[in-house]
Amino acid sequence: MKGKGQLNYWKSEYIGRALVTFCGLLIVITTLSIIVFICGKGIQSFTESGISLKEMLFSTEWKPSDSDPKYGAVIFIVGSTLVSIGAVLLSTPIALALAIFINFISPKFGSAVLKPVLELLVGIPSVVYGWLGVTILIPLLRESFGGVGFSLLAGIIVLSVMILPTITSIASDALSGVPFSYLEASYGLGSTRWQAISRVIVPAAKTGIFTGIVLGLARAFGEALAVQMVIGNAVKLPSGLYSPTATLTGILTMDMANTINGTAWNNALWTLAMILLFISFLFIFLIRMIGRKGER
Amino acid sequence: MVSRIVDKVWTGVFYVVAAFVVGLLVLFFAAILSKGWGFWQPDFLFGKPSNTQAGGGVGPQLINSLYMLVITLLISVPLGLGAGIYLAEYAKQGRMLNFIRLCIETMASLPSIVVGLFGLLAFVTLTGWGYTLIGGALAITILNLPGLTRICENAILDVPANIKEGSLALGATRWQTLVRVILPAALPQIMTGVILAAGRIFGEAAALIYTAGLTTPLLNFAADLSSPAHPLNIFRPAETLTVHIWKLNSEGIVPDAKIIAAKSAAILVIMVLLFNVAARFASVALQRYFAGNRRTTKKKMSDAA
Repeated sequence: MKGKGQLNYWKSEYIGRALVTFCGLLIVITTLSIIVFICGKGIQSFTESGISLKEMLFSTEWKPSDSDPKYGAVIFIVGSTLVSIGAVLLSTPIALALAIFINFISPKFGSAVLKPVLELLVGIPSVVYGWLGVTILIPLLRESFGGVGFSLLAGIIVLSVMILPTITSIASDALSGVPFSYLEASYGLGSTRWQAISRVIVPAAKTGIFTGIVLGLARAFGEALAVQMVIGNAVKLPSGLYSPTATLTGILTMDMANTINGTAWNNALWTLAMILLFISFLFIFLIRMIGRKGER
Repeated sequence: MVSRIVDKVWTGVFYVVAAFVVGLLVLFFAAILSKGWGFWQPDFLFGKPSNTQAGGGVGPQLINSLYMLVITLLISVPLGLGAGIYLAEYAKQGRMLNFIRLCIETMASLPSIVVGLFGLLAFVTLTGWGYTLIGGALAITILNLPGLTRICENAILDVPANIKEGSLALGATRWQTLVRVILPAALPQIMTGVILAAGRIFGEAAALIYTAGLTTPLLNFAADLSSPAHPLNIFRPAETLTVHIWKLNSEGIVPDAKIIAAKSAAILVIMVLLFNVAARFASVALQRYFAGNRRTTKKKMSDAA
């Protein structure tokens, strides 16, 4: 009898423990293998296809199908950067206002209406955002400004809606984490609600708000299809807000299937994927830095 | 006095912004539903797509989307739950735990196209499967695993410590406590998270283009399970509804591509709406079920008195 009990104990205790530990380790293994696979492939354009790192990072010429092919990634890096920064600039004020509204102006309306609205906005698939951009925004832009409509501006507007819930929810958490006594103290000193919010609450929550902004930026940078559908995908640097350009994610979605594995063109695309991966590491690093600074 | 007026003006601004965002969502839904009106017609929902003629449906794509969702949940929920349990119950503070957290954070912030490309290397080329449904499901699993892990970990940590201590004091082992006491108590929160994750899985597209492919073989339930034509075969290419919208937009040559895309978009947002409502409903219902009836009767009694 004793032996059987021991066996059951062993089974339930250690097998279960081993299983869940495996799940934890699986995350580590997957993450590491993603890094190894993508970098292993991305490095090949330098080791096998003989493209120089300098050309890749600093040249604005991307002509992979020419007889004298050029592989400069600057256009895509600049395109991705501009569209994400633009989206964050447009989205942050609105997100911050929403977060303030939810926490201080009308928490009731906030939790009954705004939060479900934001949850739905998160849930709308990115292709549907892209589709909305193509069917509503592009005709609107075309009517107001002329031209084709597909542009950096269209990408910025679509992305700003997509990252709005991300920034709002993190800013809102940051604002609700500010001790209530701050608000009371501010009121006690005779400030109005706006003065309390703008001079006490928001500065106190700035670490969390910055984290939200960086996360929004990261999401905007990594978004592929919605941007690709509206930005025009012209392989050139944008001459202005209302000019088409291309992004890292866009060129990857379009060209990866058209190229043959092992060619210089294909390898160069993998290098773009590697650059995208490194940029997402940069964002994680930034968020950690902000968090550490906030602790001090 | 000026500061009072400024305060009033800003309050007004906040109301305007809030109304603007609500209006935006209403506008989106109105636009999608009005352009995709008629998406419920059986001919469209279950019909075969046509590459050249108008009037085709999205039957295979819809089946693929739903089947992909089921397979992905079957893979990712146990893994996410396991990892969540490990982090909440077994992992010891220290370097290893910090490293796992860093990995989760990294995984969570990976652009979905990068995950799709990793899937192309690992699940399409390396395994030699080609574009398959299971490859797509594994790619979306990678995308959703960090979120699911976090949901499960938080749900387990939110279970009051005294329940756990009570179970351990009665002589239950750690694992017994976990399975019979903690998990049931954490279930409502986990369910809500899983349903919301299901919505995201349903809407994912970028990670699928290079893993599940842009085509679907002609489906036929009469075919052998190992043949690519059988709908339940997981080793067949499977273009989902989201990928279909993208493909119609970028290279659709069907005359009614716009209408098909609009109707597909309508199906997608309706599904998102359903997932959100279901998540709310599930959390309330399960909460009530596990809390037992006592609390509600007590409340009724106090209401009556």
